[in-house]
Amino acid sequence: MARVVGGIGTSHIPQVGVAYDRKLQETPEWKPFFDGYLPAQAWLERMQPDVAVVVYNDHGADLFIDKMPTFAVGVADSYPPGDEGWGARPLPDAQGDPDLSWHIVESLVESEFDPMIAQELAVDHGFLVPMNLLWPKAWPVRVVPIAVNVLQHPVPTAARCWKLGKALRSAIDAYGKDQKVVIIGTGGMSHQLHGERVGFLSRTFDNYFLDKLETAPQDLTQITRRDYMDKAGAEAVELIMWLTMRGALDAEVKRVHRFYMTPVSLSSAGLVVFEN
Amino acid sequence: MPETYDDIAGTYVYDGRMARKGYALSKMAMSLAKKENREAFARDEDAYLDRYKLTAEQRAAVKARDYAKMIALGGNIYYVFKLTALTSGMKMSELGATQAGMPHEDFLEKIRKGIV
Repeated sequence: MARVVGGIGTSHIPQVGVAYDRKLQETPEWKPFFDGYLPAQAWLERMQPDVAVVVYNDHGADLFIDKMPTFAVGVADSYPPGDEGWGARPLPDAQGDPDLSWHIVESLVESEFDPMIAQELAVDHGFLVPMNLLWPKAWPVRVVPIAVNVLQHPVPTAARCWKLGKALRSAIDAYGKDQKVVIIGTGGMSHQLHGERVGFLSRTFDNYFLDKLETAPQDLTQITRRDYMDKAGAEAVELIMWLTMRGALDAEVKRVHRFYMTPVSLSSAGLVVFEN
Repeated sequence: MPETYDDIAGTYVYDGRMARKGYALSKMAMSLAKKENREAFARDEDAYLDRYKLTAEQRAAVKARDYAKMIALGGNIYYVFKLTALTSGMKMSELGATQAGMPHEDFLEKIRKGIV
């Protein structure tokens, strides 16, 4: 049977992808940030997951507001890097797991989640930056991308994203193949990229979020979307995607690693690794 | 009851009101995710903008690369960011600085000091 071995929450700052492509990891500016991911890489090396379910959002690479799905599940054999406006990054396609993807889709619909089903999906920094940070050399896992609309309101509630995580866990638990699965929730942390409030950052809220995510995650599902935006910046509503990850884990988890830095580019950067 | 968030100062929550007002602008900006469109835009900006039903105000904001204005007129930040790739290129923090109307270094100093 398939087994969820743990979960990772991480921000997905686009400038990190630029630094990765330019090989700036060892420069004084970037080394402290990239080094924050070493314990997560070591944990993944130890756990050897077969599959990563990556909960992320598209920022205008392949999905647009002409028809924006609230949730979308990729069911493809592979996922190419998308062009966000600067040309596609020089990265390999991520290898999919269509059997597991379709199983997840079937199970989600039984659980009354009705995602868009994507036979073709190009992925952007929301997906690729976490993959670069967690597996900096090659990607030894197959992936199931789950895209969440956090760009055009109304975006789903925090509670809804948590329930999606529960439904995802049920789906994986019922999957017949002997596979180890890691769940990755991406986005945030505090940041606001637009308007007169551009540059707003909150170390206080971010650390509250990281504390609660570990020990009392359901408290975070009660925070309104308005309050995420007010307390952590408008674009930090992306944090709701971390709740899908946490919802898919056991109630009690072991924290393997936690890392936080602000500012990085125009955002706060966070990372947590939880083991089931 | 739908949530209300208009009381968050300096913030343009990208909801149905903004997405309707700015649809053509966002659509034009999103089109720049394709190389052939970036090339067409670079070749003849006016002809390229003629393809989209921008208001006169939106068109002027695009031509002036006035990102703060584009946001206020319904452009989504992630889509209008693509316009920066057409000129010299910009980091997200530089896009922040230009919206704030400040030199980049001053803006970075301001956000570091403003962390709560």
